[in-house]
Amino acid sequence: MLKLLKQIAVTGIKTEAAPRPDASLRLVEQRLRDEILALFAGSLAIRHVDAGSCNGCELEIHMLTNPYYNVEALGIRFVASPRHADMLLVTGPVARNMETALRRTYDAVPDPKLVVAVGDCGCTGGVFGESYASCGRVANVIPVDVAVPGCPPTPTALLQGILAAITATG
Amino acid sequence: MKPPAAIGALGLAAMPIRSAVPAWHARAEAAQLRELCVSVAAKGGRLAALWGADERDLGEGFALHLALIVDDLLFWLTVPLPAEAPVFPDLADVFPAAGRMQRAIRDLLGVRATAADQRPWLRHAAWPEDVFPLREDFGLENWYGAAVEQYPFVAVAGDGVHEIPVGPVHAGIIEPGHFRFSVVGEKVLRLEERLGYTHKAVDKLFAGRAVAAGAELAGRISGDSTVAYAWAYAMAVEGATGVEPPSRAIWLRALALERERIANHLGDLGYLGNDGGLAFGLAQFMRLKEDVLRLNAELLGHRYMMDYVIPGGVERNIGRHGCDELAEQSERLAREVRVLKDVYDDHAGLQDRFLACGMLAPALARKLGVVGLAGRASGQPFDARVVPGFAPYDRLGVELHLQTTGDVAARVAVRFAELAESLRLVQTIAGDLAPGQIATPLKTAGGRARGIGWVEGWRGEVVIALECDRGLIRRCHAHDPSWQNWPALEHAVIGNIVPDFPLINKSFNLSYSGHDL
Repeated sequence: MLKLLKQIAVTGIKTEAAPRPDASLRLVEQRLRDEILALFAGSLAIRHVDAGSCNGCELEIHMLTNPYYNVEALGIRFVASPRHADMLLVTGPVARNMETALRRTYDAVPDPKLVVAVGDCGCTGGVFGESYASCGRVANVIPVDVAVPGCPPTPTALLQGILAAITATG
Repeated sequence: MKPPAAIGALGLAAMPIRSAVPAWHARAEAAQLRELCVSVAAKGGRLAALWGADERDLGEGFALHLALIVDDLLFWLTVPLPAEAPVFPDLADVFPAAGRMQRAIRDLLGVRATAADQRPWLRHAAWPEDVFPLREDFGLENWYGAAVEQYPFVAVAGDGVHEIPVGPVHAGIIEPGHFRFSVVGEKVLRLEERLGYTHKAVDKLFAGRAVAAGAELAGRISGDSTVAYAWAYAMAVEGATGVEPPSRAIWLRALALERERIANHLGDLGYLGNDGGLAFGLAQFMRLKEDVLRLNAELLGHRYMMDYVIPGGVERNIGRHGCDELAEQSERLAREVRVLKDVYDDHAGLQDRFLACGMLAPALARKLGVVGLAGRASGQPFDARVVPGFAPYDRLGVELHLQTTGDVAARVAVRFAELAESLRLVQTIAGDLAPGQIATPLKTAGGRARGIGWVEGWRGEVVIALECDRGLIRRCHAHDPSWQNWPALEHAVIGNIVPDFPLINKSFNLSYSGHDL
């Protein structure tokens, strides 16, 4: 136990300042009213859905929770059920084998809800495109508010996109 | 050239395949196949990969391909099958991992094994049963409306037995798949996996690409193993086209592969602590992992080193200063990990979760053909860096780390040992890197050729088999070690309680995308 406590003390606080939202990642105008956004800004519950990614984007979503980015300190947390979520963070080209599951997950999120598509595949279908096995970009299957490109997008880029989704336009 | 004794003994006309690993190729008739496989298995050989190809445009019907590991060599066996009745004998009793691969071949190619289990595997409801996407006459752009699949899971009956369905959307930040638990109270009687949710036509997308352009796709089959895949792909292309990457490039590849292993092991050790109830471990290990990723971005151009390994060499050089930084970071990480390992070892609550949890006995691991780090935690001494020891590992001398208890604690111990070994390797490479070119230009032309790549990624061995013609890919099959290890997870969880499943699952940490293709 002493070693554990010593390690915490030696490590210190590593958290860095959060980036600014990047409004250029928006696909559609902000749909939510300022009062709702004010609520989300202090406590945003995100449900992640891998709709068919290569798992590269998942690695970076995991990194959001490390002490450097520390998204929990911004009031952002990942939840286990879409019914607890304000936002879906969707990765991958949407595999056709995941199409129904993604639609059902989207329907299970209570309104008002937001969707952020993640990665080059989530934005355009990426190297996998559209085929017998892939529906391509996330917006081909469910409505998307913000799309964050990158292969995979860095935690900073992800955060800029998530913050853009809960920020009033203009 | 005379084949080595183990292959010669099979009585086939074997030819060497030009590759950075010792590899041979032969053809055999379907009627001989079972006998050959039984003979290979009896001598301690194993099945590394199984796939099929449509050769009807060459007037040769279909082909079944096997990558066998025979006496520490890779033996690629091709079995021609008639176009009108492409059926081959069931191999699942000889190599249990073949079962799901056979079902995948049927789903994609309409080539069938004479097996009892004819349920679909990669095909859910996105395309009809009588449509085979990997056939030459199927256009990639064809698609069919989404339907909901009714998959016949094996039912467990009895007093108090009930089922818990989990997925495909899971509670954590992980890939999609379905787990069907049959339980009594908290105890798991049976787990049945249903995978294939992330199938995205990888094999079909390879076909027709220029060999150089295949690297981008290979690096995105399983993102957490992008270096392993890119290297295995590059190895296959270089063998097939007769290109020798410069020595410095091979050392830089090993540097990248070990950095990938370090990053993944750090992340897994953090999550294993977290799943065992010690959030401290997650925060500490993820901090270290972030340090690794940041230095990757600075020196290798990408946090996960995607597209760093290219056919012919690597994409960028590292200077003297960079090497010093890498060596310095390795030294610091080794020091910090030792402190964290002490905390884990001394933590009674954590060890209570790890020990005797999710056991996979060595004898069962052997029978199932379990590979990679999960295999080494159950006494399976396979590590392609050690044997056959492809360059530059033949010069580096990698130490094999084995455990025999096969529980979560063993998989944690193997990760700690391999992490320390990889940190040592990075330090060695950074100190000994010889000057020279970092890439050899690819040759564009050339007739029909085959190449094979076999690389030990952090999870296990990645095998890529390539057939090309005049610089274009005819068929490229990528094999993830998860094919062998997913069935082992079903066994390891039996008799454990449901709440231990996330911990057991994480201790294997298998790829969905790499498996689903």
